[in-house]
Amino acid sequence: MTRVGVVGWGVYIPRYRIRTEEVARLWGDDPQRIADVYLVNEKSVEALDEDAVTIAVEAARIALRRAGVSRERVGAVYVGTESKPYAVKPIASILIDALGLRNDILAVDMEFACKAGGDGLAAIAGLVEAGRVEYGIAVGVDTSQGEPGEHLDYSASSGGAALVVGRDGVAAELEAMYAYASDTPDFWRRDGSPYPMHGEGFTGEPAYFRHIIEAVRGLVSKYGYKPADFTYAVFHQPNGRFPLRVASALGIPMDRVKPGIVVTHIGNTYNASALIGFARVLEMAKPGDRILLVTYGSGAGSDAFVFRVTDVITERQRAPAPAVEHMLRNKVYVDYAQYLKMRKMIKLLE
Amino acid sequence: MIERRRLSSWASDAGSPAERKIIFSRQGAVVRHESVPMYWRNIPQYYRLVAKRCRQCGAVYFPPALRCRCGSAELEDYDELPHEGRLVEYTVLYQVGTDFLKQKPLIVGLVELNGGVRAVGQIVDAQPDRLAPGTRVELVFRRVAVDGRHGLIMYGYKFRPVQP
Repeated sequence: MTRVGVVGWGVYIPRYRIRTEEVARLWGDDPQRIADVYLVNEKSVEALDEDAVTIAVEAARIALRRAGVSRERVGAVYVGTESKPYAVKPIASILIDALGLRNDILAVDMEFACKAGGDGLAAIAGLVEAGRVEYGIAVGVDTSQGEPGEHLDYSASSGGAALVVGRDGVAAELEAMYAYASDTPDFWRRDGSPYPMHGEGFTGEPAYFRHIIEAVRGLVSKYGYKPADFTYAVFHQPNGRFPLRVASALGIPMDRVKPGIVVTHIGNTYNASALIGFARVLEMAKPGDRILLVTYGSGAGSDAFVFRVTDVITERQRAPAPAVEHMLRNKVYVDYAQYLKMRKMIKLLE
Repeated sequence: MIERRRLSSWASDAGSPAERKIIFSRQGAVVRHESVPMYWRNIPQYYRLVAKRCRQCGAVYFPPALRCRCGSAELEDYDELPHEGRLVEYTVLYQVGTDFLKQKPLIVGLVELNGGVRAVGQIVDAQPDRLAPGTRVELVFRRVAVDGRHGLIMYGYKFRPVQP
């Protein structure tokens, strides 16, 4: 019997985009400087009638279609997000009825800043390995928050990714995983607070870089990998610069990292960030390729996964389901006023 | 092609939550949102187009019907309606119910799903002047009505043009 792994994947990126220049125009920043610092040219914007729930449903529908798995065989749904439309009322239960899954399954919402989507993948892999469920769906989704005019306004964006995980029909086997976490005050959002805060001195070195590097070093030393073993490496992408820098610190060549970088075109989709990059790489991978996937969540922690691509991949790539590339290409630009309306940031009397 | 006038009368027994809201406003009723129990009862229909199929003659009804034209009352849930189809006709509304005041103009279309069953729904991610009968559309899952800042968010199906 084959190992547990990814059977199908689905990505949903809303159709609207705002350019970095448009945000800079409003706030009086030099657009060239901003684009150089963050390496983000434009970001995705959800429509007025979209939110983390609707995006999760679309991504999961595509993943199930690509996997070709019947709805009755799904035994678990895990959703990781930090953009829940409800403080109390789960997304996972809405997914059950929107996808037409069985009701006697495990449905869970998880939160760990931008890492919870990947944590769902780890949890489902365990359930499948233990024989408790046949398939599970892990979703990472966000309509990321950023204060207007603050630097997150240039990157916080919207999107979702879903992975169907199981043992039968695996396109990318899960070979190894390793986790690393510590109490690090780099980024947080208090209950009822609309926008997150940064512990400025903690962003970067003690947070993103330390946790990702420790997770990957731990993985490499425990399982005996070398950087050259990875055909592709995909990291969480808060901006375009961080994944390139962390790859260089780990000795991974740039040409293995760039294919999985989507932040330059859609911004930081938080819980979907690394998973959309992973899906994009799955759409170009060949049997035998090894993919390193590393998530990161503030507060802080990182999960490193290694996948080995199987022969099934070509069939999944040809499946009648929209590709990441298609979602990246199809876009409509909006101005800052439309952006505020779509992101529900205009205060209305309700 | 169906005339727009006929579309609006056809739509009076339509199944989408958007359409219900429009009907309420047209009749001048004070109902602001669909009730929570009514929304909850219609979740299979709103979320994933669950229809009814006649066990006697096989006819499929969406929105779900209680009795078939063949006379039979034996109808079963039918969860297999395709999520793609073509726009038959559409209308652009500028006078809309309270739930849709911030979403003008509202596009409501009659869609023939692959296989022939027709459904009415909002058309989104679209510019009215670029739509035409025959436009290929796909089903999407969206917020339909939101009960203020504290109430329920009601989700349901809409359609959008398929991008090549």
